[in-house]
Amino acid sequence: MERVSHMDPSQVVIAMVDIVKKFGDFVANDHINLTVHKGEVHAILGENGAGKSTLMNVLYGLYRPTSGHIEVKGKEETIGGPGHAIALGIGMVHQHFMLVQPFTVTENIVLGMEPVKGIMLNIREAREKVVELSNRYHMHVDPDAKIEDISVGMQQRVEILKVLYRGADILILDEPTASLTPQEISELMEIIGHLTADGKSVILITHKLKEIKACADNCTIIRQGKYIGTVKVADVSEDQLASMMVGRDVTFKVSKKEMTPGKVVLDVKNIRARDYRGVEVLKGLNISVREGEIVGLAGVDGNGQMELVEIITGLRKAESGEITINGKSVFNAVPRVCFDSGISSIPADRQKHGLVMDFSVEDNLILQNFEKEPFAKGAFLQRDRIRAQATELIDKFDIRPAGSEARPVMQLSGGNQQKVIIAREITNDKDLLIAVNPTRGLDVGAIEFVHKYLVEQRNKNKAVLLVSFELDEIMSLSDRIEVIFDGSISGSVRGEDANENELGLMMAGGAVHG
Amino acid sequence: MVKRKGILYSHAFYTLLSILFGFIVGAVLLAAAGINPALAYGKLVSGVFGKYKYIVYAFVYASPLIFTGLSVAFSFRTGIFNIGAEGQYVVGSLAALAVGVLFELPPVLHVILCFAAAMAAGALWGSIVALMKTRKGINEVLSYIMFNWIAFYLSNYVINLTVIHKVGGGEASRDINPSASIIFPEAVRDIFGGNKNANLGFFLAVLVAVIVWVIINKTTLGYKLRAVGFNNHAAQYGGINSDRAVTTAMAISGALAGLGGAVQLMGMGNRISQFSAQEGFGFQGITVALIAGSSPIGCIFSGLFYGAMKYGGTKLSMVDAPQEVVDIIMGTIILFIAVSHVLRRVITAKVEKGGRKA
Repeated sequence: MERVSHMDPSQVVIAMVDIVKKFGDFVANDHINLTVHKGEVHAILGENGAGKSTLMNVLYGLYRPTSGHIEVKGKEETIGGPGHAIALGIGMVHQHFMLVQPFTVTENIVLGMEPVKGIMLNIREAREKVVELSNRYHMHVDPDAKIEDISVGMQQRVEILKVLYRGADILILDEPTASLTPQEISELMEIIGHLTADGKSVILITHKLKEIKACADNCTIIRQGKYIGTVKVADVSEDQLASMMVGRDVTFKVSKKEMTPGKVVLDVKNIRARDYRGVEVLKGLNISVREGEIVGLAGVDGNGQMELVEIITGLRKAESGEITINGKSVFNAVPRVCFDSGISSIPADRQKHGLVMDFSVEDNLILQNFEKEPFAKGAFLQRDRIRAQATELIDKFDIRPAGSEARPVMQLSGGNQQKVIIAREITNDKDLLIAVNPTRGLDVGAIEFVHKYLVEQRNKNKAVLLVSFELDEIMSLSDRIEVIFDGSISGSVRGEDANENELGLMMAGGAVHG
Repeated sequence: MVKRKGILYSHAFYTLLSILFGFIVGAVLLAAAGINPALAYGKLVSGVFGKYKYIVYAFVYASPLIFTGLSVAFSFRTGIFNIGAEGQYVVGSLAALAVGVLFELPPVLHVILCFAAAMAAGALWGSIVALMKTRKGINEVLSYIMFNWIAFYLSNYVINLTVIHKVGGGEASRDINPSASIIFPEAVRDIFGGNKNANLGFFLAVLVAVIVWVIINKTTLGYKLRAVGFNNHAAQYGGINSDRAVTTAMAISGALAGLGGAVQLMGMGNRISQFSAQEGFGFQGITVALIAGSSPIGCIFSGLFYGAMKYGGTKLSMVDAPQEVVDIIMGTIILFIAVSHVLRRVITAKVEKGGRKA
């Protein structure tokens, strides 16, 4: 897709000058500068915890800077709060959507600024406005659908429309692609194009280099709270961006040693299952994973891969079929049995399944083993052993901030939360590791790290099943790629033979070959 | 991010603030009703602190409330709202009554047996609700409330059985045998200002509070129950049988409330009278747990506070103030405690926004 820039360099809409934000002794933003022009897409790149969100929260009025100042459209402003930011035309779309689930799309968009007729909500006028906005920016939404019934991509469009409805012309998008499918990502890129064509400016917080290359004019890089620089995206390569962000050279190539896959660890035969509505989601699916191989399961979201993983790990029941681990049946077994039989997993939804967010890091690290020696003796938890393990894993897996053993895991950044899960599951060291979108929402440094550990498991002659929506990830890691479409495997290729077009075709249910 | 935790972050500060607001609102209402608040509050204070004996009474009044408070606090920590503590309290006291009236046993053994019966009855009451929840998906709040009423009428039925009912009329049961009483012998009572109801209850309550704290924080059971309470999905993913954990939690919570019923019976009432309305020990336990912020140790103090208020409240009629003022004050405190979470967020957010200026 050819990208057209709509940036007008003569009009500066945001100038953040020499921003410092301290929390106690901790410097989250250390003299950061940011200049955004009309019609510009400005990416802010940084690792998890680099201070991107703090900077945006300063711009959005949630924090007041310790020093430095902000100019909006040429006028110096002290932004007192989100209400003030919105009045200045600054709107923010958060990574985790803030929508009222049982309300309709229209109701969510107008919430708090409803058109009224007397004391009554004028829902027809609201609906008209929503339709008009969505047509203007080519953002398809169903104004009458309830939030709980629509896709994540549409929910995000609702969030963007909500901000536009409030008259924003500077949009902050915080990790907008973190939960989107590849198709939804390319739709979002188009939407961003329509927005800038209309003179809006977009600040894009991300750590996905590909997206920055695809849609941003300029990119400001922050590392550990410090301002590294602002570059013209067209002038730099992805590798250069990555090393500016991380502060060292980053390799995207995963080096894998030659392995000959051994005996079959996971064998799934003819699995059939229905979802809660009674719709058949798995239609006689077969897949197997052997020792010393990474099998990548590629597919568009909603083709049954999530159900398959839940069935293998014991969280969901299948109607019929066979599942064995090292020859032992775990078909429709409870999670405890699946785990004890040799299955560990990095779940898709880390906050729902992977972590007890209110628990400390150390308590999350013993989620499956809290009743086992040495973490428990009889009925009692052995706090010193639990702490010692946490200290070791925090160090080994570089979970930040250091010394977070007793800190609730919800206080960690998303990337570090994921590291907690990975540390736990790698340490569990089971014969089969299932990783579902293991790098979702992570920055390149962390992605490199996760990939390294997945390959390491394989090199230790373990079986790894990688389920991912990121085709790049599947292609760079897998020894064998299986494509899932509409509840069964639509094709299988050797990792080194794979090419994107062929896989894309199979993911869409096209060709089937061996 | 903020390393230094000031007073503005502490739960205790907001609790005390809420208590202060509760008294202010109480004062306003008293004044509106034409009663001098200074006079009423003066009576409340002197009614509790006037004599050593009175202070002991505050502890006696507090004992059952600490148990029901612990019951509710335990349920909160495991993600359940035990609004059924009232019913579990009633069946607990009923079971203790039956054992206390029907058996003749050596003193210490008799007491232990009464406690065991009360805990079993409370646990059973909670477990039935738990089974309905885990097997049939029936919302526990609904069944808890219904089981409160089942316990209420069950109690009125049981005390009218010939073997239980007081000989020679009266709307009450027989007294429990002296061997089942936990009231201290006279020599010990003299140490407590000669209070004729000075009993073991409070000491037991402290012991149980510590045990509950240990269970929640130090044991694998506590880990399991908290994991399920915070995030059922992650607990299941981690291999915890969440249905079983919920049932265990609800049974333990019920046993605690049942024990509260036994303590009140064996240390204070000696018999159970015909109910005309729910006595409210279980509901007051909700207040105790909320003031304590669901901390078991906190329940000792909030239970004492409520006990003192309740006992002091009985003296209010002497200054022509209605005893219900106490309920209003307690209710207001809960309201402010609920609001204080919001308040705390607002205040601390202001502090953080100001950065170093704070």
